[in-house]
Amino acid sequence: MRMNGADAILRSLEAEGVEVAFGLPGGAILPLYDAFARGTTVRHVLARHEQGAGHMAQGYARASGRVGVAIATSGPGATNLVTPIADAWMDSTPLVCITGQVRSNLIGSDAFQECDITGITIPIVKHSWLVQDVEELPHVLKAAFHVARTGRCGPVLVDVPRDIQEAEFDFSYPDTVSLPGWKPPRRGHERQILAAAHAIAAAERPILYVGGGVLNADATEELLVLAETARLPVVTTLMAKGGFPETHELHAGWPGMHGPKWSNYALNKADLIIAVGSRFDDRVTGKVSAFAPGATVIHLDIDAAEISKIRHADIPVVGPLKPVLAEIGRILTDARRPGATEPWLRQIAEWRDTYPLRYRRDGDMLKPQFVLETLQALTAGRDDVVFTTGVGQHQMWAMQYLRCDVPRSFITSGGLGTMGYGIPAAVGAKAARPDATVVCVDGDGCFQMTQQELATSVLEDLPIVVVIVNNGYLGMVRQWQDMFFEERFSQIRLTHTVPDYAALARAYGGEGFTVESEDDLEPALVEALACGRTAVVDARVDPREHCFPMIPAGAAALDLVEFEEVVTKVGA
Amino acid sequence: MKHTLSVLVENKPGVLMRITSMFARRGFNIDSLAVGPTERHDVSCVTIRVDCASSPLEQIEKQMHKLVNVLRVAELVPGESIERELVLMKVSAPPAKRAELMALGEVFGARVVDLGPDSIIFELTGPPEDVDSFEELVRPHGLQELVRTGRIGLGRAHRPNRNRPRQHVLA
Repeated sequence: MRMNGADAILRSLEAEGVEVAFGLPGGAILPLYDAFARGTTVRHVLARHEQGAGHMAQGYARASGRVGVAIATSGPGATNLVTPIADAWMDSTPLVCITGQVRSNLIGSDAFQECDITGITIPIVKHSWLVQDVEELPHVLKAAFHVARTGRCGPVLVDVPRDIQEAEFDFSYPDTVSLPGWKPPRRGHERQILAAAHAIAAAERPILYVGGGVLNADATEELLVLAETARLPVVTTLMAKGGFPETHELHAGWPGMHGPKWSNYALNKADLIIAVGSRFDDRVTGKVSAFAPGATVIHLDIDAAEISKIRHADIPVVGPLKPVLAEIGRILTDARRPGATEPWLRQIAEWRDTYPLRYRRDGDMLKPQFVLETLQALTAGRDDVVFTTGVGQHQMWAMQYLRCDVPRSFITSGGLGTMGYGIPAAVGAKAARPDATVVCVDGDGCFQMTQQELATSVLEDLPIVVVIVNNGYLGMVRQWQDMFFEERFSQIRLTHTVPDYAALARAYGGEGFTVESEDDLEPALVEALACGRTAVVDARVDPREHCFPMIPAGAAALDLVEFEEVVTKVGA
Repeated sequence: MKHTLSVLVENKPGVLMRITSMFARRGFNIDSLAVGPTERHDVSCVTIRVDCASSPLEQIEKQMHKLVNVLRVAELVPGESIERELVLMKVSAPPAKRAELMALGEVFGARVVDLGPDSIIFELTGPPEDVDSFEELVRPHGLQELVRTGRIGLGRAHRPNRNRPRQHVLA
């Protein structure tokens, strides 16, 4: 069919089954927006900032398991997408970013709003394309979606000059993709799978160390079957939260910098670590040389480059997790030794009882942990709640106190640690799950980075509930300055009261609640969760509260510091 | 430990930048790099000499495999491959010294490609080690300018150990 490049982009998105795209128009992408005006089945959500559009697409992708689509114009529009692209790269979120570019004949001339966005993003995309011929456009888009969601998921970028969007050609969407250099593994090696199963069957103290890969692989069912078949404890990383039911008796908590002591003990004292779609991130391992010293490592991953990158893998299995986990589970059904892991499970339960999360409910001020505990109590057992977070103390408390039993119910920026991720990600998640209650647990610092997307939430009818754990400070920085810089507080004070978050929420057309005491908290949360509108609960909490336990940077995981312990290690 | 990798890539814009950017970002060290066409017009060959002191070769190969335009990564194993490099060098050569220099060149099979009143330009193609040796011998005579192409290579035509896995194709 004869059409121009802009219409072809929309026909391509439709052919890919894209339901919603997040973006913001501008000069070089005008033809595409003109095509939107001519009509499409793709819903466009108008963000207030391209960074917001990018994080919305991420939130959408993470909540739905589908590819997120973000659209921006050239130059500043495109550079504003850089943070979401980097975030998606670190957290393996499938994302297709479409940017406008100046006309082909102007490229390289420093034209208005020209910028080499394909060049800028090379280190943070799986692949990118600058479309130079309109005939290529459908093939490029087909390849873009294919690359974003196959192998290890991640972001791709398609840069489309304005004249390419305007050029007419005969459009047809290809059925197949031609990428001779892109061959993600399709199955795991049989002998390696067998070796892994035998090692699991023989282990005394095995543990599944599960990362975000299990969600991208849609392998949570297989994981559950494997864990139950072989009676294996499971720790889930921040990225995998919800990938294994957290109220399940085999769930052994969350490893890493702010994970409970009992979870870190379980992972570090294991004799066999089965890493599943996880990558031995420094936030999990602490000092690598001291990490799980006695453990043999099985590493299951779709990305061969993660094998032995940080920690040597004794038994690597490269392949898609879903069939690999299913096959290991099947072998273990026959090979298991009943009761073999029970002493180990009892040991972990004992650590859990000995080292619970602790904080003190004293003083006049609301405690941040109490806010999260209350939120957990009000949402417990619901499978229609999706949480997002910003980055910082509130994020770690959310990890510690919220219980996520279903996949894709906890969406956070793990690898890049992008402050301000929470609100736009929540808007995107709401677009993916209109039936769900989407709650963004935010910090006051994070909130002020992306608060403008409350307008998107209100006007696009994508209501979210934002719970601000407002301590009036850049709290995690405060904690580090307090613990490791001899209390020299530097440039961290935001105040509890400026801005007035509840009034700001109302100014955006939503509901606002200010909470300063334990008594006010529950009624405000109940009303915010039930109102069906965009709501902000400003919970003003004690700024002196630190997030514990903590593995000081550079320290061994087993040397983590607990609540009310003296810190002897200095952070590096 | 240094290794030579022969990398076949799609002949598309930006491919070299994707490779070098990945090397820079991951802190892999490149000793030399040569790029050129192959027997297929749509495929180029990048020959990279890498220093694996800080990062294991396996990690470098795997990261390169993840690049969408990279078709094949193979190590050119010493003894099982032919490696060559081209050098051009301009050497001080007053008339009294010319004969000695030209005799030296002859030993290495270097050709004199230009001759001036006070200098000579040699061209030498050979195994990189020979190029190194020739460079060292000529240096005391006054090496004015030197350019090397970086090495290129091919697996030997006759390989007794054909079954030995020489490349990691992660398909």
